[in-house]
Amino acid sequence: MRRARPEQGDVIDGFRLDACIHRGAMSALWRVSRTEGECDDPPLLMKIPTLAEGEDVSAIVGFETEQMILPRLTGPHAPRFVAAGDFAQTPHLVMELVEGRSLHDIAKEGPLPADRVAAIGASVARALQDLHRQHVIHLDLKPANILIRPNGEAVFIDFGLSRHDELPDLLGEESDVPMGTAPYISPEQVIGVRWEPKSDHFALGVILYELVTGKWPFGNPQRKSGMMRRIWRDPVPPRAINPDCPPWLQEAILRCLCVDPARRYGSAAQLAFALENPDQATLTERATRLKQDGFWTVLRRRLKAPTRPSPAQIRIAAELDAAPIVMVAVDLANGVNELAERVRVQAGRAVEAEPGARLACVTVIKTALLSLEEDVDDQGRTAYLQRLIELKDWARALNLPQDTISFHVLEALDPAAALIDYVRKNQVDHVVLGARGSSALRRYLGSVSSQVVAEAPCTVTVVRLPG
Amino acid sequence: MSIALFSDIHANREAFEACLSDARRRGASRFVLLGDYVGYGADPVWVLETVADLVAKGAVAVLGNHDAAVGTPDTAMNPVATAALDWTRRQLGTVHKTFLKNLPLKVVEEGRLYVHANGWAPGDWGYITSAVEAERSMRVAPQQWTFCGHTHVPALYHMSPQRPPGAFSPPPNKPVPLAASRRWLAVLGSVGQPRDGNPAACYGLLEHSPLCLTMVRVPYDAEAAARKVAAAGLPDSLGRRLLTGR
Repeated sequence: MRRARPEQGDVIDGFRLDACIHRGAMSALWRVSRTEGECDDPPLLMKIPTLAEGEDVSAIVGFETEQMILPRLTGPHAPRFVAAGDFAQTPHLVMELVEGRSLHDIAKEGPLPADRVAAIGASVARALQDLHRQHVIHLDLKPANILIRPNGEAVFIDFGLSRHDELPDLLGEESDVPMGTAPYISPEQVIGVRWEPKSDHFALGVILYELVTGKWPFGNPQRKSGMMRRIWRDPVPPRAINPDCPPWLQEAILRCLCVDPARRYGSAAQLAFALENPDQATLTERATRLKQDGFWTVLRRRLKAPTRPSPAQIRIAAELDAAPIVMVAVDLANGVNELAERVRVQAGRAVEAEPGARLACVTVIKTALLSLEEDVDDQGRTAYLQRLIELKDWARALNLPQDTISFHVLEALDPAAALIDYVRKNQVDHVVLGARGSSALRRYLGSVSSQVVAEAPCTVTVVRLPG
Repeated sequence: MSIALFSDIHANREAFEACLSDARRRGASRFVLLGDYVGYGADPVWVLETVADLVAKGAVAVLGNHDAAVGTPDTAMNPVATAALDWTRRQLGTVHKTFLKNLPLKVVEEGRLYVHANGWAPGDWGYITSAVEAERSMRVAPQQWTFCGHTHVPALYHMSPQRPPGAFSPPPNKPVPLAASRRWLAVLGSVGQPRDGNPAACYGLLEHSPLCLTMVRVPYDAEAAARKVAAAGLPDSLGRRLLTGR
């Protein structure tokens, strides 16, 4: 194993160290370039773990974990993996140098306005959904580990504490010590649970709290006993610190901060949905609370000592299947016809099959080019509201609880493109929509349903009337 | 170079053939056989001759407890296993018995220990079913990697100095990197008589840079193997369990 401290200009496994970007206690980050071949675009970053003289290599178990997990991640929400160094020589990781702003810097501007907090939160939640879908729980979410790309997409860095449900947990063996960062660590992580995807929801809740209030909900305790406090002591509600925090945002933040993971959102996509559709939020008592729980409630919780459950077979990606977002697209331009009724039956079945599912009912008003002009006239507004009322009426027969269903009227020139865009933005898992008959002309011109089938990145059920 | 590791073939020709051809298709250039070639299944002669042929071409093979019991009956074995071995002995010729008798209990190759049951007392056939036994084996063997079988249930254990061992249940067909800074003990699943609830045959594929182990699962014609078990007059339960992997 290499012991010499790397210097600028050194070449390691074909990468030249150009500039040291960061030198931390655990590792050094270098901007590097390949000595041979084409110029790298985007530029590359090399992470080299810092090993104290004579230290046992197993001390860098977090680095080993990252070396296992990073190569398996794809997509825009993690730095693209390029190369890894052999442990026997120079351990290192080469990855994309992400162009973006650290959420740590953004947080310093806080408290931020609610709509900005919600936009950041939705972006991070969408990235989380993608991470969980790839079998990984981050387990150390904090502003310093999140970058925001210029296009608004969130990128996670540092997977040293992460858990992959198809790989051994090299860190799990030390489960008596809470592993995480004190302000953001979830209650279950404090007692040694490393297999709960919703631990990341909790940390994101802390981040949103911090962005909207400028404070940490549970402080920054340095000992395990201090971190345990969040198990029985609920935080001061954000609205008590920043009255500009709207009830729907407080609802979302406090739901993320529930001690029992089962009471948090079903999936990160559902959290993103809540942050992006404030008008659809179901508000509970949490939304307007201005005080912490009283003495007796806290005492009762404190007396119930938490115990660490035994590790079940962990299922990170599979858990998402139990909390899907189903979108039903219905055409109500001609009122509720037979096809619209059939579509409703199929949507009901899709939701019934999964108790954790939520249903987004969508209809599109096709607009002419002119009405997209700035001022929506009174008539346009009326048409929108009228369609929303019709949509709600159409869905009434589904008899779904209010917090599992939402309604969206989209106005668009191209209905298919609007639906596909909605699917992507909300990480919809399953689309149910109707198709009118199949004539040669329709096939030639292309229908909304065929375009959605071709382009939506999820399962699509097309409902057709017989005959 | 990829290494294919086969354990607990147990005279199941259909399963072994399927695994061998799968391993060749994936480019395995070295074969390691971790014992228990016979017992339970209906094709001991074909399996042993195939193993002997592989060994003649450079493969590594170690002795398993069923292989040893062909020469020296093991009084600790259950009645079904004993009945199967009595039948097996009648099928084998001197050449097969001599081949078994000459197999080593363990083989060491470039930091890898190959053994049928465990590293602390290979000839005592103690099982590794938890991190406790895995740790015992890893502490005794100086090699960084141990590969064994014997339990018919795939498992992976890892340990770094001064720390307790970790246990992992490797998912089928997913490469697991074996981090170079720690010790690893892999219990291979069984080729010829899986018992982890998955009836597909199991073998290990070890690939380099980075070092990764995959517990490959190969669906094969278990019904044909079970029919042969019945036709040979072996205990019924031995055929039935091939269909359920229990």
